[in-house]
Formats: sequence, C-alpha cells, structure tokens
Amino acid sequence: MSFSWAKPYEPKHPLMRWIDERLPLPRVVYGAIGGGYPVPRNLNYWWNFGVLAGIFLTIQIVTGIVLAMHYTASVDGAFNSVEHIMRDVNAGWLIRYAHMNGASFFFIVVYLHIFRSLYYGSYKAPRELVWMLGLVIYLLMMATAFMGYVLPWGQMSYWGAQVITGFFSAFPLVGEPLRVWLLGGYAPDQAALTRFFSLHYLLPFIIAAVVILHIWALHIPGSGNPTGVDVKEERDTLPFHPFYTAKDGWFAGAFLLLYAIVTYFAPNYLGHPDNYIPADPLATPAHIVPEWYFWPFYAILRAFTVDFILPAKLWGVLAMFLSILLLFFLPWLDKSPVRSGSYRPLFKRFFWLLVADVVILGWAGGSHATPFWIAVSQIASAYYFLHFLVILPLVSRFETPLPLPSSISESVLHGEEAEAAPVGSKKKRGGSVATAAAE
Amino acid sequence: MATRAQSAEVPATTDSGGSTGEEGVRRRDFLNVAAVSFAGVGGVVALAPLFVQMAPSADVLALATTEVDISKIQPGQGIKAVWRKQPVFIRNLTPKEIAEANAVAMSDLRDPESLAQRTKPGKMNWLITLGVCTHLGCVPLGIGEGENKGPYGGYFCPCHGSAYDTAARIRTGPAPTNLVVPDYEFTSDTTVKIG
Repeated sequence: MSFSWAKPYEPKHPLMRWIDERLPLPRVVYGAIGGGYPVPRNLNYWWNFGVLAGIFLTIQIVTGIVLAMHYTASVDGAFNSVEHIMRDVNAGWLIRYAHMNGASFFFIVVYLHIFRSLYYGSYKAPRELVWMLGLVIYLLMMATAFMGYVLPWGQMSYWGAQVITGFFSAFPLVGEPLRVWLLGGYAPDQAALTRFFSLHYLLPFIIAAVVILHIWALHIPGSGNPTGVDVKEERDTLPFHPFYTAKDGWFAGAFLLLYAIVTYFAPNYLGHPDNYIPADPLATPAHIVPEWYFWPFYAILRAFTVDFILPAKLWGVLAMFLSILLLFFLPWLDKSPVRSGSYRPLFKRFFWLLVADVVILGWAGGSHATPFWIAVSQIASAYYFLHFLVILPLVSRFETPLPLPSSISESVLHGEEAEAAPVGSKKKRGGSVATAAAE
Repeated sequence: MATRAQSAEVPATTDSGGSTGEEGVRRRDFLNVAAVSFAGVGGVVALAPLFVQMAPSADVLALATTEVDISKIQPGQGIKAVWRKQPVFIRNLTPKEIAEANAVAMSDLRDPESLAQRTKPGKMNWLITLGVCTHLGCVPLGIGEGENKGPYGGYFCPCHGSAYDTAARIRTGPAPTNLVVPDYEFTSDTTVKIG
C-alpha cells in the first residue's frame, strides 16, 4: 500500500484465491492489518491505543446490541427495563456493566490516543486528515455517550439531557426554538427519549464508518513513529502481522484485564449513584455533573460567569465548542517541521503543562461550582486557549529542535545489536554502535 | 533465536538463524500455541453471556405456574387460561364427549393415547391441554361458545385444518401430535395449578 516493499497478497489456499479474484477483500485485509502493511519497527506502547480503541468500539456495539434486546425506550418503562436487565436477564448485570464501563474505557483509550498524537505530532503533514477524521470520531463518540447516558432515565440521565440540550438555547434568536426542536418538547420527555435511543443505536455505526476512513487515510503515508522521522527503507519497518498483531494482542489482553477488574469489582466507581433514582422532572439533584470524560469541557462551560458584550451563557457554550473545534486547526497552528516532541525540548515542557492543565480542568469540572473551583476553571480554561493559540505557534517558530536521527534504524540500533547476538558469540555486550553494514 | 540454539541439541553455531528444517516442537511453537489458546478460550468464555442472555429471564421463569379457578365451568363448557403467555384450554367434558373419546380404537389414532392417560384419575371430565396447535402454533377453535369444534367435536385449527377429537387428540390434518397436556395438579376440587 504505502511502501514499495510492501508484500503483495498471495493466496495460500485455492478458496482464498477464488474469493480474491472475485472480491479482493482478503487482499484489502492483508494490506491493512496483515503482512502487507509495513509499520515502523520502533513503535512504543503509545501506539497500541488505536487498536484498543477499535476493540472498545466493538465491545460497545456488541454489548449495546444485546442491551437493546431488553431495553424499553419509554418514559414509563426505561428505568424499570434497566433494572430488569440488572436483575432478571441472564448475565444482564454483566452485559450492562460491561457497556457502562466500556464507554469509560473507550474514552480512556481515546484520550491516551489523542495525547499520543499531540506529543508525537501525529497531526502534522502528511497526516492532517487522519487527525481531523479522528476528531470527527471523538465528536461522534461524545454525542453517542451523552445520548446513551440519557437512556436509563434516571435523575442524572434526565438532568443531563436537560442541561446539555440547554447549551443550544444560548444562541441568540434560534437558540430556544432549536432546543425545543431537538427535544421535541419543552422538557425532556418521551419524544426526546425515543429519538436519543434511535440515534444512540445509529451513531456507533457511523463511527465505525469514519474509523475506516481514519485507517484508510493513515495507511496512505503509513503509521508515524516515536522519532517522527520518515520511513526510508525496508529495514525501518516490520510487517504488521505477526509483529504488531502480537504486540497489540498482548497489550490488549493486559488492558482488558484492567477493564475486567473495574467491571467486576468496581462497576459503579465511574458512575453516579443519583442515576439509580428514577427521573423526576420536578427536582434536580443537588450536585449534577456529567460523566468524567466530559469534565474538562464542563469546567470551560462554567468558567464564564460575567456578561461581556455577549451573555456569559453564550460565552461558556461557545468556548466549550471552540475548545474542540480549534483542534481541527492544530496542523496549521504548530508549524514546526519536527514531528516528535522527543526532539523538541521547549514543546515538550509545554506539552506536559497542557496535560496538567486538562487534568486540572477535569478536576474543576467534576467539583461543586464553588467560587474556588470556578476561579480554577477560569485560569485553566484561559491557559488551554493560550496554549493552542499563542504558545504553540510561538514555540514552533522560535524553538531549536534537537538533531534528528538520520533514520529509524539508526535510532533503534545503538548497541542492542551486540545484546541481541547469540550467547557465546564473539560480540560483547555494550559493543560499538551498530552501523548499517552490520545488519 | 539464541534460546532456540540452546534448546535444540545442536551446538550454538552461526546456524541459529531462522532455518525451517527443524524437527520436533520448538519452544516458540509452544509459546505461540499456549498464548493463542489462552486468548481463544478467554474469548469463548467472554462470548457466553451474549448467548445466555437470550434464554428466558428470571421474570419470565417466575410465571411458570398459574392457578386457575374452575368452579364456574359447567359440563360442556371450557375456558382459556394463560400459562407462560400461552393459552391453556380447560374443558369440562360431558358424559357424551367422554364416551365418544373412549369409543375410538387406539389403532385409529396418529398419536395413540387414551382419555384416561390425558386426564387425572377420577377427574376424567377435566381435559386440560395447551391451546397451541402442534402443527405450527395457531390457537385452535372449539373452546369458546359457538366456535367450530371440527368434525370430531373437539378442536379445529383454522390455520391449516387440523382437527382434534373430544380428548384433544389429532385425527386429521397436518398436526403431528395431540394437543400437549401440561403438568398440572388439582390443589382443591375447584382449583388447578398449571405448571
């Protein structure tokens, strides 16, 4: 696909040849996730999260289809049908907890995947579209997760629906009619619940389609790597199968273990007890917060408390949407030709400051709206925009990057050749720097 | 590759590379099979809940018995009760219907069973069967007042024309067996517990 030395598909079985001649699906799979996709040989564990995200999307779709077999999307029946799943359906408790925590783990994996991209400059040319399609997936995920959270029709579900659709009422003139149109009423009710269920079932398949585009766009230039240096020759790469299927497989096993531990032993740790109270349109819970993966954005929303030209409510909503939308312009905000943060000393510091800032935003977003946390949200929100709109363009302009390795192979082979040599062979440990000829 | 050279009974020579002419099981083959089998078994176990969830849930199983009051059913009448969301025919046979059922030779029956076998001892007038045609599951006619009882005076399935006699035994038509007699017991003279 991407490199001249990529191995073409050669059917081993006559049946596969027969299929391949009529529908070259085996060829596509081989070139995408088989031996026909050459991958830089120096990928570290941060490159495992793309495959993991795909695994969690699959888990969500499979468990979700099963839950939809037992769920009732009616205002009177939704809450009880979820309890029915938890108490009556065979293994229903497991499937629902797997879906609930699967959503959280999907976001954990995707956040790590996004920060990987931010650190290693994965958004830069020629992978801008990979990055932007990834952001589209992320936005779709947020919409899907929100609507899924409404379905149990508990207190958090109901008031989440009320608050989030309330965002749209911030826009002048069209805002309130838009909100009423989205809900199909003046408050969340049967119409909203039914359409949320319909869309919650639809969107994961749209996500799957965009994932295919994401991977397609990725496989044109091929995967990036921790040095950010382009692949130059065959020895810079390894075939995806068996090398990265094995590594992804082992890492997926390890990560799914963590997921299983939470699902079995702390299934409600990431949720809110209030959502086990049936929705009451007449009483809001004392402390309402979205799910943890929305907290940073929730903090940005709440950071605006004073009307300034525009109403504070509109500022909050605009800032929240812009905080994600500006990421679409990231490839052009960061103009440094060096991709990897490992070779950008100044960028690296600001990267970790950004990570800390987002964590603080998350913390603030999950806390009560006290004056202290509002102040923290304001500072952290300001820094978030400062990072992308001011610091990043300036850093990329004035920073002196470290010298890059001349190739992936050179960066990988600095002494390990001797270590990798058979025991008893003449080469000693810690031998001289490997040269190209030594391979 | 170094381990391979050690485990195989060949001197650690430069021939420790990836030659394919190896006999026996290599250590790597074992690791490969063990790892993939482990993941495979785990995957199958993980799929189990996705299958068992489709079996009847606890609330469905909780409906597995139904008590019915039969005190108001006069001879010649019948009622439809509901057990596991299926119709159950409870019929108080007249002496004439009992006599008709007992007059049939076993050899004339597709699914030979006597009325005595299909009722409880001393309660031969109480014919209790599922109201589900054994052909393809329609509800036969004949339990309600004025419904078509079919040529044998029992039940008649309008879907595909199966006719049952007064002991609800199949006589003509495509149904393979008699109407099913569910498990039941008389908890008193006027109450039946089905299931």
